Amino acid sequence: MSEPGRLERFLRTDPRDVGCDEAMAVLHVYVDLMAGGEDAAGRYPGVAAHLEACGPCGEDFTGLLLAVTSN
Amino acid sequence: MESATRLAGKLDEESAAWLRRLGAEGGQRQAAERELHTMLVRSALAEVRRRSASTPVTGQELDDVAHQAADDAMLAILAKLGGFRGESRFTTWAYRFVILEVSAKLGRHYWRHQSAALDAGQWERLPDRFGIDPTRYAEAAGILAEVRRVVEQEMTAHQRRVFTAIVVDEVPLDALAAELGLRRNAIYKVVFDARRKIRLALVANGYLEDPDGGRQ
Repeated sequence: MSEPGRLERFLRTDPRDVGCDEAMAVLHVYVDLMAGGEDAAGRYPGVAAHLEACGPCGEDFTGLLLAVTSN
Repeated sequence: MESATRLAGKLDEESAAWLRRLGAEGGQRQAAERELHTMLVRSALAEVRRRSASTPVTGQELDDVAHQAADDAMLAILAKLGGFRGESRFTTWAYRFVILEVSAKLGRHYWRHQSAALDAGQWERLPDRFGIDPTRYAEAAGILAEVRRVVEQEMTAHQRRVFTAIVVDEVPLDALAAELGLRRNAIYKVVFDARRKIRLALVANGYLEDPDGGRQ
């Protein structure tokens, strides 16, 4: 049985995923760690899993990281 | 502000200065508020422009969204200043408000530009959604039919509505949250549970292998 790759990846869920509320609550901390070159994903694996899977939260992460690194 | 003043002694110099200035009286505070607002407007404008390709909002309306986001973020920051714990730099904490405001406002403005019904249910476009090559549509038909069967037969009406809007019709998650009056997390959780349920069904029925041995 051939497996459509994107569909299979989309359906795969990560049990560490903390969800939007928890990820957004610490987004500023996570971004400051990233901007400072620290291992944010290692410190917050559940947040990293969520930002990987959730498009809107991933966009917010990218936007905040750009805001703090470009100002 | 008393707690913020105590906190200022433990912060990096720049964050401490922000708290001192915003906690001061008169001209010093007004100057700090003007400076902060200018920073928020600049960030909001940059953010809406960065997102312009993925929103139907354009032109002056997009700039208006940015200014509204900066204004609302400013009010929220001043109201919650005492809640700043110094877990990050002050400016990072403050920028978070404006980025989240931009997200929420673009989600609400989405419906002013979209004529598609919320329940369009464009299942015929699902192969494109998942990047399936047209030459492999026939091969993928079975697995996609199983996805649809699970959605239509094994989900509640609410789960079905949310999944169909987000995954089949590609309604932006924040736009759906605004339309249904729900938090982003509530929508995400429905889709998360649906993904898990569909995957389990596809594995059980032999459409997908389970490299995790059942672990999700």
